[in-house]
Amino acid sequence: MRFVRSGRRAAVAAVSLSALLLAAACGSSSSGTGSGTGSSAPAVDFTKQGDIELWNGKDVSGNLPKLIAQFNSQHPNGQVKFHELPDSADQQRQQMIQNTQIKNPAMGVISMDVVWTSEFAAKGYVVPLPTDQFPTTGFLQSAVAGATYFNKLYAYPSTSDGGLLYYRKDLLDKYNLKPPTTFDEMKAACDTIRKGENDSKLGCFAGQYNKYEGLTVNFDEAVHSAGGVTVGDDGKPNVATPEAAKGLQTLADWFKNGDIPKAAITWQEENGRQAFEAGQLIFHRNWGYVYNLAQTDKASVVKGKFDVAPLPGITGPGVSSLGGHNFAIAANAENKGTAVDFLKFMSSEEVQKSNTLATSASPTLEKLYTDSDLVKKFPFMPTQLKSIQGAVPRPKAVEYGDVTLAIQDAAYGALQAGANGQTADATAALQGLQTKLQTLIK
Amino acid sequence: MATATAEPRSAAAVAPDGHKHKKNALSDGQGRLAWILLAPTLLVILVVAGIPVIMSIRESFFQTNDGVDPVTGMVAGGEKFVGLGNFTAIFAGQNPVTGSWGTIDRFWNAFWNTTAITVVCIILETILGVAMALIMAKAFKGRGIVRAGILVPWAIPTIVSALMWKLIFDADGIMNRVLGNQVLWLADTGASFWAIVIADTWKTAPFIGLLTLAGLQTIPAEVYEAAKVDGATTWQQFVRITLPLVRPTLVVAVLFRTLDTLRMFDLPYGMIGAGKYRVETLSIFSYLEATQTRYGPAAAYAIVLFIYVLLVAFVFVKLLGADVIGDTGMPKKKKGKKKAGDAAAPGLEMVGGAH
Amino acid sequence: MATTTTPPTEHSHLSSAEVAELAREKRSPKALVGMIASYVGMALIVLYCIIPFYWMIVSSLRDPSQGRSTQFIPDPVSIANFKGVFSGQNNFGRSLINSLIVSGATTILTLLFGIVAAYALARLTFKGKGLVLWVIMACSMFPVIILIPPLLKMFSSTEPFQWFPRWVDTYQAVIVPYLSFGLPLAVWNLTAFFKQLPVELEQAAMVDGCTPGVAFRKVILPLAAPGVFTTAIIVFIGAWNEYLIALTFLQAADRQTATVAISKFTGTTGFDTPYGTIMAAGVIVTVPLLVAVLLFQRRIVAGLTAGGVK
Repeated sequence: MRFVRSGRRAAVAAVSLSALLLAAACGSSSSGTGSGTGSSAPAVDFTKQGDIELWNGKDVSGNLPKLIAQFNSQHPNGQVKFHELPDSADQQRQQMIQNTQIKNPAMGVISMDVVWTSEFAAKGYVVPLPTDQFPTTGFLQSAVAGATYFNKLYAYPSTSDGGLLYYRKDLLDKYNLKPPTTFDEMKAACDTIRKGENDSKLGCFAGQYNKYEGLTVNFDEAVHSAGGVTVGDDGKPNVATPEAAKGLQTLADWFKNGDIPKAAITWQEENGRQAFEAGQLIFHRNWGYVYNLAQTDKASVVKGKFDVAPLPGITGPGVSSLGGHNFAIAANAENKGTAVDFLKFMSSEEVQKSNTLATSASPTLEKLYTDSDLVKKFPFMPTQLKSIQGAVPRPKAVEYGDVTLAIQDAAYGALQAGANGQTADATAALQGLQTKLQTLIK
Repeated sequence: MATATAEPRSAAAVAPDGHKHKKNALSDGQGRLAWILLAPTLLVILVVAGIPVIMSIRESFFQTNDGVDPVTGMVAGGEKFVGLGNFTAIFAGQNPVTGSWGTIDRFWNAFWNTTAITVVCIILETILGVAMALIMAKAFKGRGIVRAGILVPWAIPTIVSALMWKLIFDADGIMNRVLGNQVLWLADTGASFWAIVIADTWKTAPFIGLLTLAGLQTIPAEVYEAAKVDGATTWQQFVRITLPLVRPTLVVAVLFRTLDTLRMFDLPYGMIGAGKYRVETLSIFSYLEATQTRYGPAAAYAIVLFIYVLLVAFVFVKLLGADVIGDTGMPKKKKGKKKAGDAAAPGLEMVGGAH
Repeated sequence: MATTTTPPTEHSHLSSAEVAELAREKRSPKALVGMIASYVGMALIVLYCIIPFYWMIVSSLRDPSQGRSTQFIPDPVSIANFKGVFSGQNNFGRSLINSLIVSGATTILTLLFGIVAAYALARLTFKGKGLVLWVIMACSMFPVIILIPPLLKMFSSTEPFQWFPRWVDTYQAVIVPYLSFGLPLAVWNLTAFFKQLPVELEQAAMVDGCTPGVAFRKVILPLAAPGVFTTAIIVFIGAWNEYLIALTFLQAADRQTATVAISKFTGTTGFDTPYGTIMAAGVIVTVPLLVAVLLFQRRIVAGLTAGGVK
């Protein structure tokens, strides 16, 4: 019967151990989970030098490791190590949040998507930058706005982005057409060209309409270029308007009519780029990166046959959503002095230029858009400048993930109806969205 | 020895109750030995599952303070105790979404998706898996290659196979080219559900096949040969010998597949994407809530899922009598054992009859 | 019935030989049909499993710029994607070694822990057996993704786990969680296998003077080899393919596993999912596994028959 007794002893041990654990687990409640650093931000030490990590997705051009090496050679008392993150933006964000929560002191500088700014700032994942050290003159206003939250700069703008209209110059020239400035002109151009070419595979236009962040970008552009807003200047949602409905309705109707190919309901950036490069689209909304690839890709049949123009509008002028990534200093970074130096280095004119030459990402310093080397390599730079200068940010919200999902829910439903050949009810969809946004953005 | 493998096993099956006394007579202090042998496993489970689960249960009674200070724009942070608030919210239906089940609360939408995917996948996987095992158990030449071959789907990492299926199910992909029709598999339509079912069945039917095959291999060939001599048809052999004898292994395989499928995450997430309500499972929903730093509700959903899985497993074991649980004192178990004994008996008689 | 517990060795030896002979004579015309049917069946299974994999191979052999092409045979055949996988920055060779270490250790430990636990559950009498089995299985019932945040706190020794050693970036930070994923299946499956094998076998060996442990190792374990081997494959593959845990706990570049390395592949731009390279990496991580299984199972099957004949 010995085993009975020892069994009981084991049980007692197990119970007391789990009680201990419970106590340990509950102990954390008193100290909070400590993500927010509170409103009365204590003085941050921006002088401490030492090694830091740069948390960023992998850079294929190989330029980033080179820049880091260059920084390290000039900066002996604090070295930067490249910490590679997964390709997926969602997972990058997730890793950054998790490592903020475990107060990882090594996470020094993070590459922050413009749409994360409000959340990361409000929840104290990143620290506001000392204004005296980070002047914003010479930077694109929209890029600076994208890195600002409650009048404080939380990141130093390093790359920006805006949407462009890629068009088949060869086809437009053939039919004596000019690049369209409105959706109506675009449709007229398509009708003429498709009639003349008699090619059933030639689609008219497409952007990014899969249910993901790209849909929010395209929805916002449609709404703004129809004279509407998603969130007004006062920070209040105002999307249940006839203007906004016109924007969404236009996209859904284009799906229904087949002017936007049905398959585009599953497209992200790359699907559209490949369709455009395969000569299956006359017009295509995409970011600046496509220009270089469509000129050089082996599979591209449109090399030298396309050009870019500002995005067309629906009732008003075309408007782009603002993209881009900026570098910010993580709240728990141990050596913020090195982080400060690294941020300045990465946004310097010379580094931005080298980065743009290597990756075709759009710089944030205005004067680089007229830099002769850059314009020579990327002739679309002046157009891109216009696009970014007129770009509107996506809604600023602390719970941006909820906001963007609500937008995608409404927009995707309407576009799906269009892709199924039905007439979408954009007005109803946006009324639902307005209700939801009002609970999310206060 | 060769024959010993066959004969006593039948004997054991016939007289299951004979063992206990003998085992007790053979060795003393079994309880202590048993706990020593179980200690490593239980320790690992306590550290890796026990502690996090206790923390999650605690978390499920809290909510993150998400109010934004209107002056500074800062979120207060920290947590507040909400009691069962996160659980009662599940039934309040505050978050309706539109998926395959009409416009219902997002939690319940995910719940029914999870259930539907599991039921359909498990049925298909079991049928396919058992068929695979039977064929592989039959054929002798080339079995090794086939066995390695069926490992292919199982061996490909899900983060890769999800992308592979994404390519196959692309709007302009090979599947649509073969079908000659542009089905929008990835567009959160009814077809998305079936795309998941196809991809998951493909990946995991081999799992059931493999485990079942291993079970089949422990059935002595003599039993079949005797049955054949007795003139049993293939179907009779399958129902009266194969199925009962392979049942314990098969039940474990199917049970674990069910538990896995109920927690399915990476396939729909990687292949169709986040926020696609026709394929959003409870695991995905819980994960997405956690990524929005709403850890309390996320933990509550995970706990509800846990209870659901536990119930399913319990019913499963009760109904199919996973004999593995063995002498636990549950009355149902004995019944299960007897059945296995009855089923094995004809084999024995037939062997006897061959004399 | 009780009398049958003594194995009538001599008799059945004869009878099984007779049976085999009788069956062979009767079967021959039918056998051909059966054989053809089973080969057709095998072919179907292989096709079912291989066709999507074929698509993966084809996609990996395309030129990187033809990511979404639907040609059945790549034109031109290009190994650029495979070169891309091993390009300097990816550190893929190192990550394969890490995967091997992690999965190998997980498999060995799972089998070790699992076999002894299953032995206890299948052979020993003690109170609370049912509860133990349920507790072990309950491990497979909680969504893994929810376990990660608490585990990260624990392995990084942040509050309330200051007492826990810092495990982030060590192999055990993933091996131990993988154990908890592998053990439930291993314990349940092996328990089922051990229980199927008659206890009289061990008893006979013990009568011959073996201790229970030796009897188990020499008699039961070889007979349960198909189950052990299958469990090993499944546990190994499970660890080999795991992603989220490895991503979270192995942050240092020289510790990352193959799946994490794959997730960091990027195309020519941030928007690009490099299908070709990922498919190539998928082929690279899958094929060695299959070769290993092929080699191993010959041995196992051989060992099995040897044990049986003896």
